[in-house]
Amino acid sequence: MRINSVAVPMLQSDIDTDAILPARFLLLMSKHGLGQHLFHELRANALEVDPFVLDKPAYAGAQIILAAKRFGIGSSREQAVWALHDFGIRCIIAESFGEIFYANCINNGIVPITLFGEAHARIVEAANAGIPIRVDLERSTIILPDEQAIDVVLDDSHRAKLLSGQDDIDDILSQHKTAIANFEQRQMQHSPWMYLDDERLAVFDNR
Amino acid sequence: MESPQTLYDKIWQSHVVHDYAADSVVSRSAPSADAPVLLYIDRHLVQEVSSPVAFEGLFERAIPLRRPDAHIAVADHAVSTMRSRPNPKNSQAAQQVARLVENTAATGMPYIPERDARQGIVHIIGPELGFTLPGCTLVCGDSHTSTHGAFGALAFGIGSSQCETVFATQCLQQTKQKNMRVSLCGTLQAGVYVKDVILALIAQIGTAGGRGYAIEFAGPAVDAMSMEARMTLCNMTIEAGSRIGLVAPDETTFAYLKGRPLAPSVRQWNDACDAWRRLKSDEHARFDHELQLDVSALEPQVSWGTNPAQTSAISACVPDPKDAPAEAAESIRDSLAYIGLQPGAAIAGTRIDRVFIGSCTNSRIEDLRAAAAVAAGRKVADKVHAMVVPGSQQVAAQAQGEGLDKIFLDAGFEWRAAGCSMCVAMNSDRLKPGERCASTTNRNFAGRQGRGGLTHLMSPAMAAAAAVTGSITDVRELVGL
Repeated sequence: MRINSVAVPMLQSDIDTDAILPARFLLLMSKHGLGQHLFHELRANALEVDPFVLDKPAYAGAQIILAAKRFGIGSSREQAVWALHDFGIRCIIAESFGEIFYANCINNGIVPITLFGEAHARIVEAANAGIPIRVDLERSTIILPDEQAIDVVLDDSHRAKLLSGQDDIDDILSQHKTAIANFEQRQMQHSPWMYLDDERLAVFDNR
Repeated sequence: MESPQTLYDKIWQSHVVHDYAADSVVSRSAPSADAPVLLYIDRHLVQEVSSPVAFEGLFERAIPLRRPDAHIAVADHAVSTMRSRPNPKNSQAAQQVARLVENTAATGMPYIPERDARQGIVHIIGPELGFTLPGCTLVCGDSHTSTHGAFGALAFGIGSSQCETVFATQCLQQTKQKNMRVSLCGTLQAGVYVKDVILALIAQIGTAGGRGYAIEFAGPAVDAMSMEARMTLCNMTIEAGSRIGLVAPDETTFAYLKGRPLAPSVRQWNDACDAWRRLKSDEHARFDHELQLDVSALEPQVSWGTNPAQTSAISACVPDPKDAPAEAAESIRDSLAYIGLQPGAAIAGTRIDRVFIGSCTNSRIEDLRAAAAVAAGRKVADKVHAMVVPGSQQVAAQAQGEGLDKIFLDAGFEWRAAGCSMCVAMNSDRLKPGERCASTTNRNFAGRQGRGGLTHLMSPAMAAAAAVTGSITDVRELVGL
């Protein structure tokens, strides 16, 4: 997977998922079409003469966001990641991420890259200048405009997931069905209270 | 002999279905230090916002819900808190709830209807029903799932895609966190509550202080806490960057759970308690990071900024960016510009427009009692709109039985029906732009409670004090503590 794009600088820390996708858009029940609501308040409040950075011509078509610390903290809403993906974002580089947001990125084909210090500063330069960078996921590197390479650190399992787009459910059911059943059998023996029978569940009218 | 284990280690280890690190040994490739495991998920709470796409995926695959009995669904995020004015039938909110009703019926998943006596916020009703149990793994498509850690459950928030994985397999691939222990000692002063403890902790360690860790809360101050207080403590762990908060179960826990509808039966009770008593960190268990906090000196806390770590004692002044290190200065400047406070100004005395007492953080019976004790015999200040939203219909019923609703109504508060309400502002309970709110919620991010809304986080007692004085007030001074 290779991404060749300008990186949009969003260098405020603590950009939370309420900012990325305000709660009222969570009433929508599809994962598609959310890109139009991305960063809704920030984009709506911006002046025509000074649009929000995502709407600036220099960053049109950008696939990479460059953030500071704690990008995506707050609510677990996966809709925030769907909105980013729908908008065209395929990679987010930040000094740190909200944990649930990070996991949601891995599950939706957005590469979350943690970088800080000197490496982060080099990308800030390129982002501010509007010069494209290249992200090579197979090689785990970012190539700067001057062809210098920065190493990217990602868990093996996360990289594998992003590269193959493998489906968790298919994997689990094809490889671990027996192990799951065995676990449940053992648990029923030593912790039977974890299994509720129909009599206990009769408290729920709909069953 | 095995090395000493933490509570987190024990619950984690007992739920491993498959260790992916073992695969790399077999395939002789380089083992990853952070190889995930396949973790069995005992319990899944389901709400209307994060589940539609998850159910859709399940139906598309034509896979059944693996364990209906491990799931409970309820609508809480966008339900109307005014029973006399439900969401219009064709509104997005009503449609989302209708979709949950359809989805649960189609899969045989237990569902608590909107008008049911047991309906409420998902993190309130789980414990009420005895669905949340010590030593279980529990997930929900909501970040405040950490709340359930108060029972010694390994509980964390997940995204919609992961909800689908749990529907289909009852498992999740998870990477283990490091262990952190926060030891709390001392005794809370009068007028100071556990909400103040967790706010002060987040202010101290920051919104990423817990990132990469599961946090266990321990120590005499925790031992002394009620279950509701422990839930408030664990609820806001996510705001410190950790998805997982844990309190070892003890006799307080067992007493809370005994006899609840889905808790172990009379026949199973002793065996369950025997198992649960083993759920504690070993004496010499190693934590990757430890922190101590003496709660005796704590004052009531109030957030002054736009993230939960931007919080100070009530007697403090709004920070001045000029006095802060360069990196923090810009963040403080931006926050103050949004929240409309002056650097160096006293936090106390800030006028407020709205008061919201509710949310999964602080809407249980003890929270309402604390707020009612302040409201009793006093009146909501002029031009202030204050409302109380009980966390569940059971909390509401109990509060009504104790006459708390009458206290609030006499004081001029609105008394509403249960739901997430103005914490997430997905229903009609929202701040208007520029409205300043004293709130018992968990997040003060810009626009969280409504576009342009200004949020100040605090305890229920402090929120009630703000309601009756019209400004952010030290509740201890107001009631003479």
